Amino acid sequence: MVQYVRACFDASFAALSDVTRRGVLEQLGRADASITDLAEKFHMTLTGMKKHVGVLEQAGLVTTEKVGRVRTCKLGLRRLEEEAAWIERYHQLWDARFDGLDKVVEELKRKEKVNGRKKRE
Amino acid sequence: MDARRESEPTPMKNRTTVERKSERELVVTRTFNGPARIVFEAWTKPELLKRWWAPKSTGVSLLSCEADVRVGGRYRFEFGHEASKPMAFFGRYIEVAPHSRLVWTNDESDDGAVTTVTFEEKGGRTLLVMHELYPSKEALDGAIAGMEGGMPETFAQLDELLVTLGASVGRS
Repeated sequence: MVQYVRACFDASFAALSDVTRRGVLEQLGRADASITDLAEKFHMTLTGMKKHVGVLEQAGLVTTEKVGRVRTCKLGLRRLEEEAAWIERYHQLWDARFDGLDKVVEELKRKEKVNGRKKRE
Repeated sequence: MDARRESEPTPMKNRTTVERKSERELVVTRTFNGPARIVFEAWTKPELLKRWWAPKSTGVSLLSCEADVRVGGRYRFEFGHEASKPMAFFGRYIEVAPHSRLVWTNDESDDGAVTTVTFEEKGGRTLLVMHELYPSKEALDGAIAGMEGGMPETFAQLDELLVTLGASVGRS
């Protein structure tokens, strides 16, 4: 089970496999910054930085907020509340599984109805 | 589907809850719109388990699924992920009470949990409670922090980063 959940985590941790993205997190650990600031700091194009921030955002490591024309980035909650984030991930996994299980239950119920008279004691 | 809810085209989705009940316990609950014997069947027949155990949204696919649901019987699920090599989830069933209770061990490591699933039927619906008991606080903490096995490198990398970030946040 533990390993399974860990596999599901891969996507989040892949966000950390990149030097620039780790640098961005360190930078945001010091102060919030706009995408433009970050692009300058890391000598990248705006588009390139947007991509990196997008990956970090998806992994829950960074949140962004647009005020006027400036998009400000700050550290996400996952770092601060690792356990809560894990529980949330675990919740998502089981919720998705149970949606599938609902379908199986519905199907078995239908089958039982059809075969009911033949099979039931 | 249900005569009581004529105004709704589809039955309402039931809520899943997850809670860390204590230092060593995790509890997951969910209600299903069907009798316990059917929900139990979906947990105990490999061909049915296979259909819901690895939801597409997780990006993990089930490569094989064996479950010999008898006291002392073994289960083994193997799953794959594009970013890592296949992994196995295995152990033994230690209690099997048809339509009401299933208990299994997780034998991947000494820190594996004992999982108890109960099926409680009420008015044609079934409340499922899954209780995971870890051998120690450290085992559950470890599962949460991902300290052992699996992907040590990535996690070591994360740990290192968290320390750096923690230090810099502490200063401000």
